[in-house]
Amino acid sequence: MRTFPIGGIHPSDEKAWSKDKAIEVMELPDEVAIQMTQHIGAPATPIVAKGDKVLTGQLIGEAAGFVSANIHSPISGTVTNVEIFPDGQGIRRQMVIIKREGDEWVESIDRSKEIKRECTLSPFEIINKIKSAGVVGMGGATFPTHVKLSIPDGQKAEILIINGVECEPYLTSDYRTMLERGEELLVGVEILMRALSVERAVIGIENNKPDAVAHLNKLIVGGNYRGISVMPLKMRYPQGGEKQLIAAVTGRQVPPPPALPISVGAVVCNASSAVAVYEAVQKNKPLIERVVTITGKNLMHTHNYLVRFGTSYKNFIEHAGGLPEGDVKILNGGPMMGRAVVELSAPLLKGCSGITIVSGREAVRRKEGTCIKCAKCVAACPMGLEPYLLAKLAQNKMWDRAEEHNTVECIECGCCSYTCPSNLPLLDHIRIGKQNVMANIRARAIKK
Amino acid sequence: MNELVLTILTMCVLGVVLAVILYFVAQKFKVEEDPRIDDVEGMLPGANCGGCGFAGCRAMAEAMVHSDDLSTLYCPVGGAETMRSAAAYLGKSAPEKGPQVATLLCGGSCSKRPKINHYDGAKSCAVVNTLYTGETACIFGCLGYGDCVHSCQFGALTMNPETGLVEVDADKCTACGACVKACPKQLIELRKKWPKNRAVYVACRSKSRGAVVIKACKAGCIGCGKCVKVCPFGAISLENNLAYIDSEKCKLCRKCVNECPTGAIHLINMEPLPKEAKEAKPSAAATSKSEVKTESANKE
Repeated sequence: MRTFPIGGIHPSDEKAWSKDKAIEVMELPDEVAIQMTQHIGAPATPIVAKGDKVLTGQLIGEAAGFVSANIHSPISGTVTNVEIFPDGQGIRRQMVIIKREGDEWVESIDRSKEIKRECTLSPFEIINKIKSAGVVGMGGATFPTHVKLSIPDGQKAEILIINGVECEPYLTSDYRTMLERGEELLVGVEILMRALSVERAVIGIENNKPDAVAHLNKLIVGGNYRGISVMPLKMRYPQGGEKQLIAAVTGRQVPPPPALPISVGAVVCNASSAVAVYEAVQKNKPLIERVVTITGKNLMHTHNYLVRFGTSYKNFIEHAGGLPEGDVKILNGGPMMGRAVVELSAPLLKGCSGITIVSGREAVRRKEGTCIKCAKCVAACPMGLEPYLLAKLAQNKMWDRAEEHNTVECIECGCCSYTCPSNLPLLDHIRIGKQNVMANIRARAIKK
Repeated sequence: MNELVLTILTMCVLGVVLAVILYFVAQKFKVEEDPRIDDVEGMLPGANCGGCGFAGCRAMAEAMVHSDDLSTLYCPVGGAETMRSAAAYLGKSAPEKGPQVATLLCGGSCSKRPKINHYDGAKSCAVVNTLYTGETACIFGCLGYGDCVHSCQFGALTMNPETGLVEVDADKCTACGACVKACPKQLIELRKKWPKNRAVYVACRSKSRGAVVIKACKAGCIGCGKCVKVCPFGAISLENNLAYIDSEKCKLCRKCVNECPTGAIHLINMEPLPKEAKEAKPSAAATSKSEVKTESANKE
């Protein structure tokens, strides 16, 4: 069984808590806050004002530039405010607040359940539809999908890789999506193949999800989907990283930045995003909802909910049965890459695949020691970097040397911090080094 | 015996020949350096803190010797006196600049600014700043992990565990500006240094609206503008819901201190004006001898 060649760790996958919970549709929230930065790139520009009536699926935020995404209203009602509010990390962001009145949809959206497989659109039309629907990578990085599909001149895509890895512990939203919406996923993959004009698509799934592999295989044979295959991968974190997945599936290494995955002929797209692509192209439905897992060891009820964006963390958690007693750490995402949420009135975003509740006792960091130069972090780094050195360089503000040692290649997976026997917060320091080095590189580019 | 004499003789001849070669080489590759650079470097404090913007005192001395105009160069550690003596030695005119002191523009102590979450990661303000907005509801306030304290080479900054804020020892502070660069929230400002380390300043950098500030911190500036109206010298400006006292224009009359409803204007080493006698002459009131830090909020 294949996997990526260097580094990686084996955390306990903890999927059992929520993997057998079928997707439930969460009741509509009374009020939503729609953040204008739900993607990488420029924030969307709000095109509604206070007092405007909006319908479900109506465009409320327009993409500002090429690397940006449209944002649509997830409910119908009245806009009550367009203001700056804190997001989950407390950072002030522009949001549109909508109060719900009924559930009226934009007419052009096809809300029927039946699968529509036929697609005769040209690649250009498909990409335009994806762009107007505001589809972004739903694995967490939220890179706008239409940008990924727009291949630069002179390069050609050879293979489409669908990321069904979900290597992050605890989370099961992609897994449930693959099991319950497999047909839509496969049609979505067909559409993506058409948009990219590629003959081959591979769905990468880790081997801790054998039923998803079997289910998709059955659908592929039953529906006669040509060119699509499922590849079970050996379980290892961070297999869901774009470069790691490409290496695992094709055996090719993406060169260091500024080279993109397309330089080895691969385009990677998340499984949930493929379903969103299907809905955008075949049903004219913009991206307004997603499957979000709520899970944790000491949580009474774990769920996989289909949630409209803009629902507040507080509302969502209360609906799922509330928080357990005592101190808790609420993570937007899983325990490896997830970010702690400090503002519960903040809304759920396009990139939020799960909420992990960790008890205060589990979340305590062990006491920091000193680096014993054991090089466990070097062995664990999936990018082949030297985390102990990069952390030290960042602490001593030696940005030039950090740049020489390719700190910008860090994918912030956290393997180094996880594996460190001295409990050093390596990634925290490397992140600062990365930010400063990137700022230096940008400043140099501007000077030129 | 003969061998011994021969060896000594050979060594001596070799030494003389090499010395002659070295003499000519030294003449050929001689580095001409202005002797004044060494003298000026001797006049500088030798802290190598980088406060002047150069890599160290020698680099500063070179710049001073080579540039005709000293107005852009200033050694904050040595101050005006050092600059004057160095300029007099070089026969140039020194820039006139008063002494400065680093000031923390945040008054959100633990009692005034309650914590709403608990942070357990790396103890560094820079790290916290990359992760989220901090343990309190104020997104502009001091994070309290002391990056500025570590950056200070003169031991002028200390963390007060009771208030959770950094305190500046004005006598040790040389205004080199290392802490200003270290603070990720840009909370430290170099302000004019008054005799007896007196100071009046708005200890807040929050640009949030008043309602948001009050919820997050009891000692924040709510942008009411009362101080702006009362200031007789036009030293206070209000921008983005935040009052700012220009330390060059301020004459320490302290009228604004009594007006501030939240106590965001701090008064250091001075007694506040009595409430009734707001019209009292500033010069008469400025003779108080208090050496203790007085936060106006505590008095009210």
